[in-house]
Amino acid sequence: MAEITLKGLAHSYEKTPTHAADYAIRQMDHIWHQGGAYALLGPSGCGKSTLLNIISGLLEPSEGEVLFDGQRVNELPPEERNIAQVFQFPVIYDTMTVFDNLAFPLRNMNTPEYRVTPKVLEVAEILDLTLLLKRKAKNLTADEKQKVSMGRGLVRDDVTAILFDEPLTVIDPQLKWKLRRKLKEIHERFNITMIYVTHDQLEASTFADKIAVMYEGQVVQFGTPRELFERPTHTFVGYFIGSPGMNFMAVEYQGDQVMFGSQPLPVSTPLKRAIASANASNIKLGIRPEFITISSHQTTESIPIEVANLQDLGTHSLLTFMLNGQPFKARLPEGHPPVGETAFAHFDNAHVALYIDEYLVEADHE
Amino acid sequence: MNNKVPNNRAWLLVLPMLVLVAFSAIIPLMTVVNYSVQDVLGPNARFFTGTEWFESMLNDNALQAAFLRQISFSLIILAIQIPLGIGIALIMPKRGWQASAVLILITLPLLIPWNVVGSIWQIFTRGDIGLMGWGLRELGVDYNITRNAGDAWVTIVLMDVWHWTPLVAMLCYSGLRSIPEAYYQAARIDRASKWAVFRYIQLPKLTNVLVIAVLLRFMHSFMIYAEPFVLTGGGPGSATTFLSQSLTTMAVGQQDLGPSAAFSLIYFLVILLVSWVFYTTIMHMQKDKPPHGGA
Repeated sequence: MAEITLKGLAHSYEKTPTHAADYAIRQMDHIWHQGGAYALLGPSGCGKSTLLNIISGLLEPSEGEVLFDGQRVNELPPEERNIAQVFQFPVIYDTMTVFDNLAFPLRNMNTPEYRVTPKVLEVAEILDLTLLLKRKAKNLTADEKQKVSMGRGLVRDDVTAILFDEPLTVIDPQLKWKLRRKLKEIHERFNITMIYVTHDQLEASTFADKIAVMYEGQVVQFGTPRELFERPTHTFVGYFIGSPGMNFMAVEYQGDQVMFGSQPLPVSTPLKRAIASANASNIKLGIRPEFITISSHQTTESIPIEVANLQDLGTHSLLTFMLNGQPFKARLPEGHPPVGETAFAHFDNAHVALYIDEYLVEADHE
Repeated sequence: MNNKVPNNRAWLLVLPMLVLVAFSAIIPLMTVVNYSVQDVLGPNARFFTGTEWFESMLNDNALQAAFLRQISFSLIILAIQIPLGIGIALIMPKRGWQASAVLILITLPLLIPWNVVGSIWQIFTRGDIGLMGWGLRELGVDYNITRNAGDAWVTIVLMDVWHWTPLVAMLCYSGLRSIPEAYYQAARIDRASKWAVFRYIQLPKLTNVLVIAVLLRFMHSFMIYAEPFVLTGGGPGSATTFLSQSLTTMAVGQQDLGPSAAFSLIYFLVILLVSWVFYTTIMHMQKDKPPHGGA
C-alpha cells in the first residue's frame, strides 16, 4: 500500500536550468493518498507525463524527493517501485499470446507456474480477455491491446499504484466509455491508487474522485470535479475546465467604481472592497457562461452588450457577445426567448470570482 | 456492393509497364531459355535437344561440388553475419555525434567495389608484404591461401564478413531505432531482464528487417563472383570455385552456350525457390494458429 508524496519536486531536462522556463516541473508539493482515483489534467506540454514518469521512476527528478509511504524512492528504478504504468500507445509483446503477455511480469519474478495460471485467468476474466487468451497479442485490436497492457499491471499482487498516461488516445470513441467504466470497476475492486493523465476534462471527471490541474509545470488546483467547476482557484482552471471556459475581465478600481475598460460593472460590495484594497495591477473577474443571464430589458444590475452570434447546440445555445471589444460566452437554456442585436447581460454576483495575479481571492469573507 | 464499371480500356494503362518488364526481364530470360533447349553449332546449324542440357548439368560432378560449396558458403556467412550484425547494432550509440561517426565508419566497407575488396585482401594476406599474412607468419602460423584450402576458405569468409556485415548492422540499427521508448519503459516496469527485452521486444521488432537482411545476404552471397575470383582464382585446385565462376568458365571461356544457359536457369530457380520458401515460412510463422483463431 502506498501513499505517494512529492516533496519540493522540480524537474528540468536542461543540465543547468537558469530560469523558470527551463523547468518542465516547477517546484511543487503534493500528496496522492492510498487508494484514490486521481486524474492529472492539463494541456499538452504542461509537464503531466514528466510528472508521471518521475513517480514511476522512469525519470529521476532534478530536485526534491518522491516518497512512497514516507520512504525516499528517488534512486529506486521502476522495477523496484511496485507500480505499474499504462502508456498512451498499447505496449504488448508481439510474439507472445495474450496469456503469456499477462503472465510475463509474474514469470519475470520467478513466480511458480501453478500460481501464475489462476492469477492470469482471474485478471483475464475481469478484463473480458478470457476468450482471447490463446491468441497472439499482435493480432488484437487497439482496445484489446490496451486491456492487455492494463492487465499486466493488475496481475502483480505487489502493485500499489497504476499510472495511466493518456491510455485511451488510440481507442475508438464508442469503446472509450466502456474501458473507462472497466477502470472504475477495477479501482473499486482492488484497493489501488490510480493516477490518470489526460488532457480531456470529461475523461478526467468521469474517472477521478479528485483532479489535479497542471499548468506550466505546476499543479494549480487539486479538487473534485465540482470544485474545479465552481471555484477555480486559478484563471487557467477557469479557462480550461468547462466548455466553453470561464469569461475573464481585466478590471480597475476608479473613482468608487469597478471599471472594465470604459464599462462600470455592478459588482457586490465585498467584491468592490476587495478590489479597492488590492495592491496589484493584475486584477481579473471571472464568470462562467452558465451564470450570465441575457435579457432584452435593462435593469440596474445589467449592462448593455453587443450580440455577435448564437449557436444552437441542441440542449442549449451558446451566445457570443462583445463587451468592451472582448468576446464573451453565455450559455442560454433551451427555449430561451430570441436575443436581439442589443441586449443586456446580468452577471450572477454569487458566481463572480476575483483573481489577483491569476489566483483566486475570496472576497466574501471579510 | 460491387458497383465498379468494367472497362477493358484499363488494360491499355498496364501496357507501358508490360513493355518495360518485357525488355528488362522477359525477353532476356527467354533468349536464355531458347539456348538451353538447343545445341547451336553455327549460325545455321542448330538442333533441338529438349531437357538434355538440364540433365547433364544436374549430373555434372564438378557442378554438384560447386553447388555444395556455394550452399555451405552462404550458410556460413549468414550464420556469422546475421548474429554479428544484430550484435553490432545493439551496441552502437543511439544518438549524438558518436552515432553518426560510428555509422560512417561502419559503412565504409560497403562503398568499396568488389574487385577492389578482392585486391585489398589479396595484398593483405600475402606472406611477404601483407599485414595479415606476414603477421600470421611471424606468429608462427602456417598460413597460405594459395596452397591450403582451409586457409583460402577462412579468408574468403572473413572477407565477406568484413565487406557485408555492415549492411546487416545498418538494417538492424534502423529497425532498433524505430522501437518506441514506451516498450523499453514497459519492460522495465514488468521487470524484464535484458535477455527478455532482446527476446520479446527487440528481436520481434527486428523480424522484418532481418527477413530483408537474410534474403539480400543469401542472394548476394549465392552469386558471389569477383571477390573470390580476385583473391584465390577459385583455388587452390577448385576448393573455392563457386557457381558463378563455374558458369563464367563454361559460358565465356568455353562458349558452351546450351549447357551454360540450362545451368543459368537452374541457378536462377534455386535462388528464387530458396528465397520464396524462406519468405513464406517466416510470414506463416507470424500468423495465429488456426484452431484458436475465432473472433
